[in-house]
Order: sequence, then C-alpha cells, then structure tokens
Amino acid sequence: MMMVSAIIRPERLESVKKALEEAGIFGMTVTEVQGRGDQKGIQLQYRGRTMNVDLIPKTKVDIVVPDDKVRETVAIVSNAARTGKVGDGRIFVLPVASSFRIRTGEEIP
Amino acid sequence: MALDSGTTAWLLVSTALVMLMTPAVGFFYGGLVRKKNLISMIALSFVVFALVSIQWIIIGYTLAFGDDVGGIIGSLDHIGLSGIGVESGDAPYPPLLFVAFQLVFATVTMAIVTSGFAERVRLSAFVLFALLWTTLVYDPLAHWAWGGGWAMVFGSLDFAGGTVVHISSGFAALAIALVIGKRIGFGEYTMEPCNIPMTLLGAGLLWFGWFGFNAGSALAANGLAASAFIVTNTSAAAGALAWLFASWVHGKPSSLGMVSGAIAGLVAITPAAGYVTVPASLVIGLVAGVLCYACMLWRIRKGLDESLDAWSIHGMGGLWGAIATGIFAAAAVNGYSGLIEGNVQQFVANAVGALSALVYAFVVTYILALVIDRTVGLRVSEEEEYVGLDISQHGERV
Repeated sequence: MMMVSAIIRPERLESVKKALEEAGIFGMTVTEVQGRGDQKGIQLQYRGRTMNVDLIPKTKVDIVVPDDKVRETVAIVSNAARTGKVGDGRIFVLPVASSFRIRTGEEIP
Repeated sequence: MALDSGTTAWLLVSTALVMLMTPAVGFFYGGLVRKKNLISMIALSFVVFALVSIQWIIIGYTLAFGDDVGGIIGSLDHIGLSGIGVESGDAPYPPLLFVAFQLVFATVTMAIVTSGFAERVRLSAFVLFALLWTTLVYDPLAHWAWGGGWAMVFGSLDFAGGTVVHISSGFAALAIALVIGKRIGFGEYTMEPCNIPMTLLGAGLLWFGWFGFNAGSALAANGLAASAFIVTNTSAAAGALAWLFASWVHGKPSSLGMVSGAIAGLVAITPAAGYVTVPASLVIGLVAGVLCYACMLWRIRKGLDESLDAWSIHGMGGLWGAIATGIFAAAAVNGYSGLIEGNVQQFVANAVGALSALVYAFVVTYILALVIDRTVGLRVSEEEEYVGLDISQHGERV
C-alpha cells in the first residue's frame, strides 16, 4: 500500500479528479498548500526592480493505492495535471504502514 | 427658495447611503473572484471612489450639470465647483449637497464597470481608464438625462439612473471584456467564487444603499420619496424570488442567484422608481429577475468572460427598466403617463433614450479601452495574472 502525494496547480484539480474517477480511483484527501520548487517561486519584473513571489499556492492530493497501482496512478495524475510550463508540481510516493476504517475499526489491507 | 431642513436632512442621509454602495460593489465582486484577486477587486472600488470624488469636484460636476451646450454637455462655468455654495438657489437644499449626492452616483457607476476588468487589469492602466471613462462617458450621459441635455428635453424619463448608471456601466463592462480578452484558463477549468458570504454582504449593503439612490432621487422628503422607496424594495424582492425560482428549475436555488436577482430588480426599478405604482414594480422586478438570469445563461453559452455579470444584470436590467418606465409610468404617481395609459410618445422617448445611452457607452468605451490597451497596456502579464493581482498589483495577500 502506497500514498501518492501530488502537489499540483489548483486549477488542474478538476481534471485530476475526473481522470482518477475514470480509472476507478475515488478516495482522496485534498489540501490547499503553499510551496516553492527549484525556481524559488515566481519573479515578477517591474521597471527597475524585481519582485519575488516566494511561496505559490498549490493543491495537494493524497491518494492511497495498492502497490501494483502506483505507476498507473502517477501516470494519470501527471497527464491530467500537466500544462508543460514551470510550476506544474511534483508527485511523491510514500509507503503506508497500515490503514484503518474509523466507523468499524477494521484494518484495510 | 428657502432651505427645507427635512429635505436637506434626507438628502444628506441619502448621499451617505449611496456612498456605501461603492465599497458594496467591491465586496459583491470580491466574493465572486478567486482568492488571489480578492483584495484587488475590492480595492478597485475604493480606488474608483477616491479618483472619481476628485474628478467630480474639479470637472465632472460642471460637465454634467453646467449650463447646457448643444444638448450634449455642460459648460465649464462650475469648474472646481466655482459658483456653487451652500445658500439655496432654486431648490430647497444647498447646491453643494446636490453636488455630493450626484458625486456618489458617479462613483458607484465606475465601480460597476470594474466587472469587465476582473482578475486581469493593470492598476496603472485602470486609473487612467477610470479617469477618462467617467469624463467621456458618465458625465455626458448624466448631462443628457438630468442636466438639461437632449434626452431630458426629448422627454426620456430616468428617475435615478437606469440609463446613466446601469446601461452605461453594464455595456461598458461588456466592451472592456471584449477588448481585454478572457482570463487565462477561462472555459478550460472552473473559476469558483472565493467567498459567497462576502458577495451576500455586498448585496445587502447595495440593497440598503439603494433606498438613498432611488428615494433620494425624489430630491425631497415627501410622498414621492416614500413611493420610490416602497417600489424599490418591491422590485428587489420580486427580482430575488424570480431568479431564485428560475435557477431552482435548473438545479439548486443558490444564494448568489437570489441576490443577483435582487440587484436585477433594483437596477430595473431605478429609472422607474418615481413614476410607477407598487403593482407595476412587482412586474418590473419579476421580469428583471428572469430576464437577467436568461442573459447570464446566454453569456455563458457564448463563452463571454464578463463573469461578474455587470452586462447581464446592470446593462440588460437597466435596458428593461428604461423601457418598462415608458410602459408603466402612471400619472397618479408623478404626472407622467406611459404606454399602458395610452402614451406612446413616452414609450418611444424612453426607448430612444435607452438605446442612445447603450450605443454611446458601448462604442466610446470600446474605443477608449482599445486606445489604452494599445498605448499603455490594459492587461497584466501572464505571470502576474497567474500569481494574482493581490500580490502583483498591491503586494498584499488575504
């Protein structure tokens, strides 16, 4: 079991959700976040000065999937979130030790 | 004529009521944009208030209400408010108070126009545009309708600004949206309102302020003001319910739809407020709610990014209101008869007044926006737009 944690452009969320639904993946946790990548944010040029916008608002989508679904999930999210421009985001894959359903207390394999 | 303290007091209060409408437009629009543009959208209305306040006392008032020059514009006799004092002339209130009352009409009109610029305008270009627009579009239209210009002489009725305020700002916003272009990503992904409660707050303040707008336009504390007050409220309520139920048929009855309908009702009754009966105001509001909702749906279908809907609510609601004034005007209210009482001339006069305001506002705005876009540049860069105008234009965050 793995957690696919994708940091994406907020405006791509609907596309990502739709693409995952089409693949039968529904469960997700969505969080509004701020961050920066290798470009150190966005630099806005003004006459005679530069303004650096350090932290850019992004959306984080966490999806827990079986090990054999990780590659497919990453591909779906990447394709749906991609614009081709700097700032499309990152995807991290983390191991998930276990998962429990609160209502029943059962452990989900 | 001696000063009347009751009338003067009511006009002072009305001026303050209408002042509140300018920031209220900012709150209304602010809630409808994305979070990264919330400050910008509210700030535009405040910028407008400050800017037009100064423009009005220097040149706006005299262009609108100075002695008539060829039916088109006022003279420069009162430049810098020269010759305007507190001693009563031919009205029961101080002339300076009338200046202030008309000032807040000019500011709220320009605030409505900001709809067309939403989320993509450069502040510096906007300041230049606002100054020129209020001088070249608002001031002449105010003169035509209220300052002794040709529309007034022709007999076109506009009690509180259906043509001057709403048709002009609504069609101006449409022209701007066409010149400045769609926001990046418009039609590709959803751009949801960031704060509906703020929009509701703005709508509530607008409704409140509108009593000063319409009942204050009686320019007296009398029965006509009372009549304007109740028809204003009736039309707003009817518009709110009409849009609410029309949108319910299509899906959920949204609070945003309800207040949009209220504004549509308020817009439509504005030119008619001093001329129509309460039952007529009910019809005017109901039609406004449904009509403006249909116009919004048409705009969406056409892919027009005038997404705060100044055109569909103010432009089209104002057009309906101006025509409705020519239909429903009742002699019992204020001595003017409309089509229903057999006066075809009144209907024609109002239709001509409305259409001329529409064409003038749209054409002049389009040219003005185009010239500023080609010279100064109306629109922010792609990166600035992506980051949002709060940071890129103001260096601030919510």
